[in-house]
Amino acid sequence: MKPAAFTYHRAHDVADAVGLLSDLAAAGGDPKVIAGGQSLMPMMTFRLARPSALVDLGPLRRMPSMTTIRAEGDHLTLGALVTHHAVETAALPDGFAVLARAMRWVGHLPIRSRGTVAGSLVHGDATAEWCLLALLLDAVVVAEGPSGRREIPAGELFHGFYATAVDHDEVVVEVRFTRPAPHAALTEFARRHGDFAIVDAAVALDLDGGSVTGGRVVLGGVAPAPVRVPEAEAVLASGGVAGDALWAAVADAAAAAVDPPDDAATTAAYRRRLTRTLVADACRDAAGGLR
Amino acid sequence: MNDPHLLSLTVNGTEEEVLVEPRRTLADVLRHDLRLTGTHVGCEHGVCGACTVLVDDAPVRACLMFAVQAEGADVRTVESLDDGVRLSDLQQSFSEHHALQCGFCTPGFLMLAEGVLAESPDAEREEIREALSANLCRCTGYQTIVDAVHATATSRRETTA
Ligand SMILES: Cc1cc2nc3c(=O)[nH]c(=O)nc-3n(C[C@H](O)[C@H](O)[C@H](O)COP(=O)(O)OP(=O)(O)OC[C@H]3O[C@@H](n4cnc5c(N)ncnc54)[C@H](O)[C@@H]3O)c2cc1C
Ligand code: FES
Ligand code: FES
Repeated sequence: MKPAAFTYHRAHDVADAVGLLSDLAAAGGDPKVIAGGQSLMPMMTFRLARPSALVDLGPLRRMPSMTTIRAEGDHLTLGALVTHHAVETAALPDGFAVLARAMRWVGHLPIRSRGTVAGSLVHGDATAEWCLLALLLDAVVVAEGPSGRREIPAGELFHGFYATAVDHDEVVVEVRFTRPAPHAALTEFARRHGDFAIVDAAVALDLDGGSVTGGRVVLGGVAPAPVRVPEAEAVLASGGVAGDALWAAVADAAAAAVDPPDDAATTAAYRRRLTRTLVADACRDAAGGLR
Repeated sequence: MNDPHLLSLTVNGTEEEVLVEPRRTLADVLRHDLRLTGTHVGCEHGVCGACTVLVDDAPVRACLMFAVQAEGADVRTVESLDDGVRLSDLQQSFSEHHALQCGFCTPGFLMLAEGVLAESPDAEREEIREALSANLCRCTGYQTIVDAVHATATSRRETTA
């Protein structure tokens, strides 16, 4: 249970980090960025990952752009090194308050003290709460590479099985959430408190008084990557009175649409049942309004 | 490729300099290089919490941090709690509430609790219970650990009130 040897490099700024990644790769290495280390280190201790070099973004924490949460108009921008716990304890605008409420599902406090928003998204676990929230609130990941900065919309980010659109020579600098959702909720089921979920569901409702006029449904744990469920969103778009009958219809549509895996953790049938229960719960929670 | 780095950090108020291989975890540097064996190591992948210490006041898993990432940091371990003669109030409370049996998990629970109480001095039982769910204990059944931390929170509030 000890990681394989590697060389260690502290980045002084973003350009330095990008330069180090390119130089180390050009010299035949297999460098990786380390932020909070809460996913990379377990992978390295199990030797599922054996990078030849680590480029530490830790020193970039002194740059406000990497660690601040900024509300600008209808957008909320998080620096790449903002921690889960910083979001959990932040006073966020109503349209993004779901981010803070969802953090209690991410591991435990000591994990949330170190783990970062960008680290979660680049790691790309199919049940990671940040991955679901990115699809729910139209996140845009801003990554800097050797040829400059580019923006990757959440819809193009997740390739499944821990692969993402962020290239090996890129460093994520910020994540911008562009779709405020004052009526949103995330819920999940895990065998042990704090574990990654078996299935998790995030819902955002467009409400007009007591009527639903549309919304989003995002699921984790039912496919190799987190997914939106158009069939369930169609039920929300066709509208109706906010209430248990509508939530049940949305949940049934979601459960019918997914084709979850049978694996060592549990069966496809169980994941489908969880989908139905969790989508209904998330709808009910989301309609409960601003908490 | 052992590429040693000179690391400077503060541990329990003392400035330390250690020459470390980058792959050495903070838990291993505390235990093997600084001989502070109060920090325990169970799972080495972030699940059990036996290795919990405070880094710049936040509770973290010392097995999920490379020591080189702690450059310039202020680290507190379980050895900082007693004054050499008397146990701290929290340690005394663990003893009084039978919050330990074999004691393997205790250093991690103590440092986690110190971190939680420093950030949320007003924490009530439910919040304490939720926070302590981060760590595993194979002996006590947890109720007594929650009791011990809750009692300390309450008595600290009374003494500052
Ligand atoms: C016991 C335990 C329970 C957990 N439970 C949950 C859970 O319930 N839900 C959940 O979502 N997560 C959970 N996690 C994982 C945790 O959320 C991690 O913090 C997160 O997944 C990764 O963030 P990090 O900053 O630690 O990234 P790191 O571990 O440092 O890096 C992860 C990956 O992202 C890359 N990377 C990191 N930052 C950048 C960047 N700025 N630019 C480019 N690449 C980057 C790294 O190269 C690496 O490939 C758990 C972890 C543990 C140990
Ligand atoms: S040894 Fe660090 S969490 Fe188990
Ligand atoms: S007292 Fe034995 S593991 Fe907790």
